[in-house]
Amino acid sequence: MSLLDYFKTTKPNTAKLAKERLQILVAHERKSRNQPSYLPELQQELLKVIRKYVQINQEDISVNFESDDNQETLELNIVLPEQPQT
Amino acid sequence: MARIIVVTSGKGGVGKTTTSAAIAMGLAKKGHKTAVIDFDVGLRNLDLILGCERRVVYDFVNVINDEATLNQALIKDKRCKDLFILPASQTRDKDALTKEGVGKVLDELAKTFKYIVCDSPAGIERGANLAMYFADDAFVITNPEVSSVRDSDRMLGILASKSRRAENGDEPIKEYLLLSRYDPKRVKLGEMLSVEDVQDILSLHLLGVIPESPSVLNASNSGTPVILDEESNAGQAYKDIVARYLGEDVPHRFIDEEKKGLFGRLFRS
Repeated sequence: MSLLDYFKTTKPNTAKLAKERLQILVAHERKSRNQPSYLPELQQELLKVIRKYVQINQEDISVNFESDDNQETLELNIVLPEQPQT
Repeated sequence: MARIIVVTSGKGGVGKTTTSAAIAMGLAKKGHKTAVIDFDVGLRNLDLILGCERRVVYDFVNVINDEATLNQALIKDKRCKDLFILPASQTRDKDALTKEGVGKVLDELAKTFKYIVCDSPAGIERGANLAMYFADDAFVITNPEVSSVRDSDRMLGILASKSRRAENGDEPIKEYLLLSRYDPKRVKLGEMLSVEDVQDILSLHLLGVIPESPSVLNASNSGTPVILDEESNAGQAYKDIVARYLGEDVPHRFIDEEKKGLFGRLFRS
């Protein structure tokens, strides 16, 4: 490393990194904070019903709740296996 | 009408008790009759920070259980006639505080006091929940550090949903940010979250920045609230915070590095 390099290297800005990590985390935690408390139970029951017909895993089903000023949305996403098992 | 202030943070060690002692003393020195209550049952420390640890006879739990009257338990500060301290109990009984009991004591205090400062314990257990339940205003103490910021946001969620005001559908608790242990030098170097960073994340009204200062340890060593050390940065920062809270227009300080002249550079660190 030349002397010039020594002056050129700037330390990584860890504060910037901290801010980015926190913004993502806090947004995620705030979203789940406002969710109704029945969501995990709903997810389990849906999973049970769907498994009667199609074999899927826990992670193949996601239940999301979003709300803005004038509406609330319940989003249900189920990933079916490529080869449907009957 | 009495105003109930909770000093909270979620995370431990960020300066809740230091802040409770300082702002309670600050409010009292402005001539407002102020009571400060230690909610940290089992880990009493506010008495030590305020230098009245040897005058504790009865405590908060004694009053709740009608083993002592409020007047017997309240300790009158020797430096300021308008400041009174209600110490926490050292019992290990986790259920010593009840919502009814705390409510009763606060109602009684509200008859004679202008401000009631509730020093919350760390965590989100009963003591912390009860300290914030009856609050009108919340002072959220945050350090410019990831875990403290995250925990503060968590406390904001609890303040918004699990308080008396939230349950009754009243106007929500007024939340204020107090950023403590701030080091402008490290912020400038990109090593520490800045005031703007923390405000961007938490979207809170900034009541003041308390710089990292050796005077805080000196103050606690001697049992003197740091606000009484008028020479120190931290003491002045708390004085500004009290003034701002009372509606005075005081410009923010201690956010940028203070410029040292040649002599300052030579003689101060």
